[in-house]
Amino acid sequence: MDSLGTFITKLESELDTLEKGSLTPTVKYREIPNWSSMFALIIIAFCETEYSVTITGEDLRSCETVTDLYGLVVSRSK
Amino acid sequence: MGAKITAVSYYLPEKIITNADFFAKFPDYKNEALEKLGIGERRRVSPGQTASDMAEAAARKLFSDYNIDPQSIDFLLLGILEPDYYTPPTSCVLHGKLGLPKKCGTMEFNHGCSAYVYGIATAQGLMSSLGVKRVLFISTSVLSNTFHPEDRSSHYVFGDAASATLIEYTDDDMIGPYSYGTDGSGYNKIIVEDGFARNPLNEDSFKEEKDQYGNITSRKNFRMDGIGVFLFSMRVVPEMISDLLSKAHLTIDEVDHFIFHQPNRFLNENIRKKIGIPEHKFRHDIEKTGNTVQSTIPIALKNMMDEKLIKSGDTAVLAGFGVGLSWISTVVRF
Repeated sequence: MDSLGTFITKLESELDTLEKGSLTPTVKYREIPNWSSMFALIIIAFCETEYSVTITGEDLRSCETVTDLYGLVVSRSK
Repeated sequence: MGAKITAVSYYLPEKIITNADFFAKFPDYKNEALEKLGIGERRRVSPGQTASDMAEAAARKLFSDYNIDPQSIDFLLLGILEPDYYTPPTSCVLHGKLGLPKKCGTMEFNHGCSAYVYGIATAQGLMSSLGVKRVLFISTSVLSNTFHPEDRSSHYVFGDAASATLIEYTDDDMIGPYSYGTDGSGYNKIIVEDGFARNPLNEDSFKEEKDQYGNITSRKNFRMDGIGVFLFSMRVVPEMISDLLSKAHLTIDEVDHFIFHQPNRFLNENIRKKIGIPEHKFRHDIEKTGNTVQSTIPIALKNMMDEKLIKSGDTAVLAGFGVGLSWISTVVRF
């Protein structure tokens, strides 16, 4: 499993419309400018393809920050 | 005894809604990330134009494009979500409008995104059971009529269209095997909940509900759990393709084209990568039409034929998946 820093770098690259460096461990991802269902899909697809971890819409609603999301992925990764 | 796809045409309504038109109406929805969906424009029926009107237009185009005599058709199969009447079947109405012979049978079904491949399988079955030789299979959808005016996501993704395919009897079997399935526990992932037998229209049917992304819908309107459908597709489609290739004794290398239902480019790219299909074998064909439900596969197929990408002897995997939840795929040889 990647470190938190690598996770954030890779995720930021997937969310390629974000300004570089704007995604930090404490960022509440639902407060990202122009947060949309498309961003949610990108995050879910990223977790699925990069870490083979399934994240649901409910999971996304239950996490607040990027660190919370990373913790969830770590807890589910094999 | 076997079957072969010998002709494909499609009809698109005249009204084009470009992304610029769309964002002029919904400026708050504009987001560069939407470009990943791969949709540049979509078509809309004109007021009063029904799914069966488009079906008729698609069939007439097929007859004209390939010089087909309507009197030569043995059976009309119709994939339709929005029938003209509660009863009679729209396929019977269409039979009359198209001037098909009295000896021609008709049947219809409403399996949405899976309907095209189910239609091919049904045509094959009818050749065996009824001995028919020429099946006209039409798919048509005006799903946009069911959208709430402020359901931006659905308005952005879906387009109206119809297709017509001729499936003919051959001595050599050119279609099959199949892999298919259903998960009825997910029936409500894609749904228009009220206005039919289970839930007749009532006061609650019209109550507007806003989701966390700002889309408004109601129980009488189309609703889709986009994330749920994404996860379903990412799980089921790779398993289905693996099962199909195993049954067909084929490897990905031995298949020339993978032509899947086109919900959006983002989902299909993720499915393609998960299965490991090379980019040059995988068709994306949604830019000019959006998701046209059961017509996405025939539209892609026809465009590839016109672009001379499909040659005699080529092998293609067709796969439909979505509403139900349902899925089905097959191997087609040309």
